[in-house]
Amino acid sequence: MDGNKNRRQFLINTTALAASAALPLGVRAQTSTVKVGVIHPVTGFLAYSGNLSRLGAQMAIDDLNKAGGIKSLGGAKLEAVLGDAQSKPEVGAAEVEKMNESGVSAIVGAYASAICLATTQAAARHGIPHVVDVGVADQIVERGLKNTFRFAPGYKVCADTAMNDLVLLNNLAGKPAKTVFIVHEESLFGTGTANLLAQQLPQLGFEVKEVVKHANPTRDFNNIVLRVKAANPDIVIPANYYNEYALFVRTMKQQNVRPKAIYSVLGGAASSYKFVKEFSDAANGVIDVNHWFNPKDKRAWALKKRVDAMKDQFFTYEVYLNYSAVHLLADAIERAKSTKREDIINALASSTWDKHIMPYGPTKFVNGQNEGARPLMMQVLKNDIKVVLPNTYAESEPAFPWKG
Amino acid sequence: MFELSILWPAFLNGLTTGAVYALIALGLTLIYGVLHIINFAHGAALMMALYGVYYLQKSLGLDPYVSLLVMVPAMFAAGYLAYRYVIGVASHGRDENILLVTLGVAIVLENLALFLFKSDTRTIDTAYTFTTIPIGTAMIALPKIVAFFGAAAAAAILLLIMRATDLGRAIRACARERQGARLVGIDVEHVFAMSFGIGLGCLGAAACFLLPAYYVNPGVGNGFVLIAFTIVVLGGMGSFAGALVGGLLIGVVESLGGLWLGESLGQIGIFLIFIAVLLFRPQGLFGARA
Repeated sequence: MDGNKNRRQFLINTTALAASAALPLGVRAQTSTVKVGVIHPVTGFLAYSGNLSRLGAQMAIDDLNKAGGIKSLGGAKLEAVLGDAQSKPEVGAAEVEKMNESGVSAIVGAYASAICLATTQAAARHGIPHVVDVGVADQIVERGLKNTFRFAPGYKVCADTAMNDLVLLNNLAGKPAKTVFIVHEESLFGTGTANLLAQQLPQLGFEVKEVVKHANPTRDFNNIVLRVKAANPDIVIPANYYNEYALFVRTMKQQNVRPKAIYSVLGGAASSYKFVKEFSDAANGVIDVNHWFNPKDKRAWALKKRVDAMKDQFFTYEVYLNYSAVHLLADAIERAKSTKREDIINALASSTWDKHIMPYGPTKFVNGQNEGARPLMMQVLKNDIKVVLPNTYAESEPAFPWKG
Repeated sequence: MFELSILWPAFLNGLTTGAVYALIALGLTLIYGVLHIINFAHGAALMMALYGVYYLQKSLGLDPYVSLLVMVPAMFAAGYLAYRYVIGVASHGRDENILLVTLGVAIVLENLALFLFKSDTRTIDTAYTFTTIPIGTAMIALPKIVAFFGAAAAAAILLLIMRATDLGRAIRACARERQGARLVGIDVEHVFAMSFGIGLGCLGAAACFLLPAYYVNPGVGNGFVLIAFTIVVLGGMGSFAGALVGGLLIGVVESLGGLWLGESLGQIGIFLIFIAVLLFRPQGLFGARA
């Protein structure tokens, strides 16, 4: 009898336990979540930038959820589905397939141009809206993919701005610079930027002495710096990612090569507080036309403070562009009142979102590109990064030619 | 096309890189000379040694040059044991089997590294990474100069061992005529394992000299092993002097080639030399005619 009773008691208990375990599942299903794929190269040679990108996206998701989620969907929370592209385009595309299986409503990513090309195309096959966070190559938005939206400027806009501003800078200083030397990395971003500059700078009155390509990763820039030394250009233009950029500029310093300016377009380390902190002697004076937050916006500085408070983290464009990209997407989902991919694509296409911390004005997508997006010109001055052009956003006068 | 002021530093840079190549090739040529096999696991072993140096610095704060005291014996022991208990056993006395076993070991090691360390490229920063020493008009990075003299010293020690010790004599005897060596009482299996160990010990030293100015990832060995093969063929299979001279030559060719043709194409010179040697002097610069 006792044994029987115990068994019954046991059954009652376990049933109750099972029921209570099942309960949260049921509740979770009712207040729906919106799955957002977050793909970045968090391992491989782009790991540094990939991890910062992921940080920015996750901060945005946390902030949005804390502020009550997607209100038009009854406060639905955003749920990040994280993907690692391992710094390889084909792995990025495979991650999209996985995310499609897990039912994401949209994807944000994937930092590098080559990876973005692969992920947007893979996402297009499944009709998944894809907000490109950085990926500056213009092919990304020129293939007529309806699902692809880039909030930040592409390299055509960045390079055009950089070239016009270079002429402006040179004219302001009495035209001291006549020759340039371009050093770029071998993938889509570096090659594309370098080609564009090499083609157009001669029309603006600059002689392009040499264009030198290097591999990723490169651990020895001595030969390239020797070539720079031989050409003795007025301006050196690097177009590469963080590690190589830092190494190149440091090697120039080491070999005593001092051009009138190190002027970069989307320089991997130039507009980076990490670079300024770690190698301030090499960083001072470096000019860069790059993604940058609106320095007149208090919310941007508040966000910077939060990132600065984290251990070993820096407030770089990876962080705030991803932060912005997720917010842009959340705004679209809010207006779409739906987690359906197609509805979100339509909402993104008609976005006029202006509550961002970038110097872009209201969002307006034309063929997937945000028309208002633009870079700013920064210079490292006294161990800090200051916006020097255009005047609307400038915090300081440019120091050119550099006499450091 | 270039002034002397550029060629001189590029030449010196090549020479310092070449010294490390030579050290790697010395290990390879020793193993070839004695065991008559090409050790395909050479690159993977170098990669493991680089990770060893990396983690010694990261977790114990050991300077890469101090790590020499740990890495050289560790790599020697790994090589000795690997030959004694894996490669030698699996070969069943046939040279072509050893070839395949080393290839298998290479694949296992590389994927193990991929699993353990991920595909990230890692570097270490030391106080002297960016210190330069002026040599004439050239500014040469301190780690490269250390690597040059370190590699030269390691090569000298190796030659001394080969010339002046009983072990060296036994190794040379086994290389020349292994049945004869066995007949005069040499423990051939022990000598083979010692040779394999010394070959990997060279890699331990090379890793310590490389890392302050280089990086490590699971695929890092492949680039080196290809160059090391070229050097061994260029210098003459099994020739120590050949490996030394060949290493320095290849380093200089790579550096000057990079200067002329761009960094990505710089290595083309190495392979042109490789083909030319195979065509016109197949026994190598210092090799005896077969």
